[in-house]
Amino acid sequence: MKLPDNGTRALVFSSAMLSILLLLASCKPYLPETARSGLVYCSEGSPESFNPQRVTSGTTIDIISQQLYDRLVDINPANGNIIPGLATDWQVSADGTRYQFTLRQDVEFHTTRYFSPGRNFNAEDVVFTFNRITSTEHPFHFQGGGVYPYFQSVDWAGLVKQVQATDQHTVVFELQRPDSSFLSNLTTDFAAILSAEYGQKLLAAGEPGQMDRLPIGTGPFRFREYQKDILVRMYRNNDYWRGDTQPEQLVFDIVPNNARRMAKLFTHECDIVSYPRVAELELIAARPDVTVQESTSMNVGFWAFNTQKPPFDQLAVRQALAMAINRAAILQAVYYGQATPAYGILPPTSWAYNDGLPAPLYSPAKARALLAEAGYPNGFTMDIWAMPVQRLYNPNALKMAELMQADLAQIGVKANIVSYEWNSFRQKLGNFEHDSVLIGWAADNPDPDNFFRPLLSCAARDSGSNRANWCDPAFDDIISQALLTANQQQRRALYLAAQQYLHQKQPLVAIAHSQRFQAISSSVTGVSINPYGGIALQHAKRVEP
Amino acid sequence: MTRYLFRRLFLMMFVFLALSLLAFSLGYLFPGDIVQNLSGLRQIDESQRQQLVAYYQLDKNYLQQYLAFLNRIVHGDWGLSFASQQPLLQEVKLLLPATLELAAYALLLSFIIGIPLGIVAAFKPDSIIGKSISALAMIGYSLPIFWWGLLLIMFFSLALGVLPSAGRIGVLYEIPHHSGFMLYDILQADISYRQEALHNALQHLLLPTVVLATFPTTVMVRFVRDAMLNVWEQNYIKTARAKGLNRGQVLYRHGLRNALLPVIRQIGLQFSTLITLAMLTEVIFSWPGIGRWLIDSIYQRNYPAIQAGLLVISTMVIAINMLTEILHAFFNPLARRG
Repeated sequence: MKLPDNGTRALVFSSAMLSILLLLASCKPYLPETARSGLVYCSEGSPESFNPQRVTSGTTIDIISQQLYDRLVDINPANGNIIPGLATDWQVSADGTRYQFTLRQDVEFHTTRYFSPGRNFNAEDVVFTFNRITSTEHPFHFQGGGVYPYFQSVDWAGLVKQVQATDQHTVVFELQRPDSSFLSNLTTDFAAILSAEYGQKLLAAGEPGQMDRLPIGTGPFRFREYQKDILVRMYRNNDYWRGDTQPEQLVFDIVPNNARRMAKLFTHECDIVSYPRVAELELIAARPDVTVQESTSMNVGFWAFNTQKPPFDQLAVRQALAMAINRAAILQAVYYGQATPAYGILPPTSWAYNDGLPAPLYSPAKARALLAEAGYPNGFTMDIWAMPVQRLYNPNALKMAELMQADLAQIGVKANIVSYEWNSFRQKLGNFEHDSVLIGWAADNPDPDNFFRPLLSCAARDSGSNRANWCDPAFDDIISQALLTANQQQRRALYLAAQQYLHQKQPLVAIAHSQRFQAISSSVTGVSINPYGGIALQHAKRVEP
Repeated sequence: MTRYLFRRLFLMMFVFLALSLLAFSLGYLFPGDIVQNLSGLRQIDESQRQQLVAYYQLDKNYLQQYLAFLNRIVHGDWGLSFASQQPLLQEVKLLLPATLELAAYALLLSFIIGIPLGIVAAFKPDSIIGKSISALAMIGYSLPIFWWGLLLIMFFSLALGVLPSAGRIGVLYEIPHHSGFMLYDILQADISYRQEALHNALQHLLLPTVVLATFPTTVMVRFVRDAMLNVWEQNYIKTARAKGLNRGQVLYRHGLRNALLPVIRQIGLQFSTLITLAMLTEVIFSWPGIGRWLIDSIYQRNYPAIQAGLLVISTMVIAINMLTEILHAFFNPLARRG
C-alpha cells in the first residue's frame, strides 16, 4: 500500500524542520564577539548585599568587593605587603594613634543609569564611609539594621576615635590606642570606599535603601543588574584609575549546585568556577580545557574543647585527646590530601608562623597513660559537635567526627557525635553547651592578630566566639602587647611566644590548613586566588587557543 | 452555542470559587503567623501588625476576610515573597512568560511530530513502520522525564559539548526586558548582537523543548492513531471509498477532520500534565520559569509564594481547559448537547 500523500509530506516536512533545528543548534561552537569580550564566573551563591561593610560571607565578598570598589590601601598578594590604593601615601604619628592619609585626586566614581558623579573622589567620601560604621547619627548607619559584622568583631568603634578630613585630599584617623593591625583592617575587602555624593542624592530622593542595592564604587567594573538567584552583571569601568581592565563585561552566574557548576565549566558556559569539590579535583585536572588553581589559604580547621567543663579543664586530658587523634588519616579521608597538617593555629604562610613547634604526636598508648594519670584509667564519655555545613577549613566535619570517634574508642573514650542546624548550632556554641567542637576559622586579612584575638582572647569568650571557652590572662597579655607595637620584629617574637603558649596549654587541637581551589578554563589567563580575600577579575583575559 | 457558553462559564465560576476558597484557607492552613503568611513580611512590629490586621480585616469574620482577600487578588496586591521581599505579582509576571514560552514550543513540537506519526501508524498498523512508531510512543510515554533530560544533557552538553546545559540564554547576552518572551524580546531589542543572541537562545531552547515535548508527542501519536483507526472503520469512510475517492482524498476530506476533532479536546486535558512536566524540566535545565520558582518556594517554605503560584497555575490550567472545551464545541456541534 502506498502512503497517503499528505501524511508523507507532513512527515518529511517535520523531520526536515527538526533536522534543520538540530543542525542550526549544533554547528561547531564558535565564539561570537560578545562572548569573547565577556567573562563568566560561576558563583556558589547569591550576594546578600552590595555593600561590603555589611557582610562577612566569602561568596558575597568574591562577587562585589574587588570588582566594584577600591580601598584606601591594598595588599600585594605576592608578599602580603601593604601598598597604596586610593591613598597614595600615609603617615603614622610617633605614638601610633594618628594615621594621616593623602588621597588620589584623579579617581572618579562610576557613572551608571542611576547615578552620575558631579565630582571626583575626595576626603568627604572617606569620612562618609567610615562614619557610617561608627556614628549612630550618620544618616545611613541604621540602614539595613546597623550591623557591620567585620568591624564589630575587631572592635572598630572602640578603636577609632574620629575620622576627619583636614582638607580635600587628606584624611586623619584618630585612634584611642595604638593598634598595629589597623592598616591591615583597612586593606580588607570590607573597608570599601562608598560615595558621599551618591548618599546625599539618595537621601534627597528619599531612597536610602538603594545605597546597598545599587552600588556605586570606584572599582574596575560598574554595576549593571542583579537578578536574584540568577546573575549579577557588570560592565567595564572605562575610566578606572588603575586602567588595564580586560573583560568588557563580567557576569556572575549563580549556580548553587556543585555538580551543575562543574557541568557548566565543562560546557564552557562558565570560565571560572569557585570551590570545586575536593573529591572531584583529579577528574577536573585530567581535562585539557580546564586548569585547577590552588593556594594555601589563611585558614585553620580545629577541634576546640570547652575548657571550663570537666574533664576538659585538665591539661593532661586535653593533651591525651590530642595524641589519640590520627591526623594523617583525617587529612587523607576528609581533605583528600589537599591540606597542610596544622601544628598550631597560624598557617605557615603567615610571617609570624612559629616553625619551631614540634609535630603533633600520634600515640594511643601515651594517651592512655596520660588519661590514667589524670584519673580516667577507664576513659569517659564525651560529645563531639560537628558543624552541619561544608566550609573551606573543614569540608566534612561529620566524617571527621566519625574518624575521631573510632580513634578515641582506642583509648577508652566513648564519643557521641552531635549536630544541629547551622544557626542553632552556632547559637548553642555561643552558650558553651558543647563538650568539644569541630570548627575552624578563615582569616580576613594577613595580620596574625586576626587568628588570635577573635579565636582565643577573653573578649572573644565574652562575645561567644571563643569556641574553647578559654580565658587566660597571660595569653591575653601577650597578644595585646603585640598590638601596641608597630615593630614587626617585636611583634613576631610575641606571636611566636603566643603560639608556644598555646601549644603548652592545648585549649584546642589544630588539625589542618586547607588549600583553596578554583577551576578555570584554560583559555583564560590573568586570574589567581588571592590568599587574603576576595577574587579579583580585573586582569582576566581570554586567549584564543 | 450561546446557551452552551453560558453553562460553561457558570460552571467555571464555581471552579474558581472553590479554588479561591482553597487559596484563601492556605493562609490559615500553613504553619506560622497568619499576618506573615498573608503579607509576606518577615519582621512585623506591633504598630505595623495592627495596621495589617486592619488592612486584611483579620478582626472580622471569615466571610469578610475572604471577600477582602478576593478584592486584593483582583487589585493585584498579592503580598511579598518571603525570600526576596519583592511583590509576588511582579515576580510572577517576570517568570510566567518563560514557562509559557517553553510549554508553547513543546506543545507545537508535539503537534508537528505527533500528528503525522500517528496518521502513519494508523495507516500501516501491522507494518514495521507502524509497529515501531507505536513502540517508540510506548517507550517515550513511560520514560521518566528527569532521567531523559539528564541523559540528553550528558550526551549533547557534556560529551559532545554542542548544546548548553542550563538557562534561557547565555548570561553574557543582555536582553532588555519587554514582554518576557525571549525570542520576541531579542527580535525587538535594539542591540548589535541580535543574530548571535538569537542563535544562542535557540540553542538553549532546543533540549528543554525536546524533553518537555516527549510526553505530549507520544500521547498525541497514540491518540491520533486510535482516533484514525476508529474513524477509518466508520461507514461514511467506506461510502466515500465506494464512491471512488482515492485514499488520500478520503483521508483529508473525511478522515482527518473527524479524527482530529477529539485532539483539540486532548490539548486541554494534556495541558495540566504539560505544566507539571514543565516544572520538572525547568528544574533540570535551570529554566527561570514559574515551575522552578514554585518548587524553590516549597523548599524554602515561602508560603505567600506557594499560595500565589498555586493560584496562577491552577487558573491557567482551568482557563486553557475551558478554552479548548469551547473550541471543541465550536467545531463539533454534537458536543454542545448534554
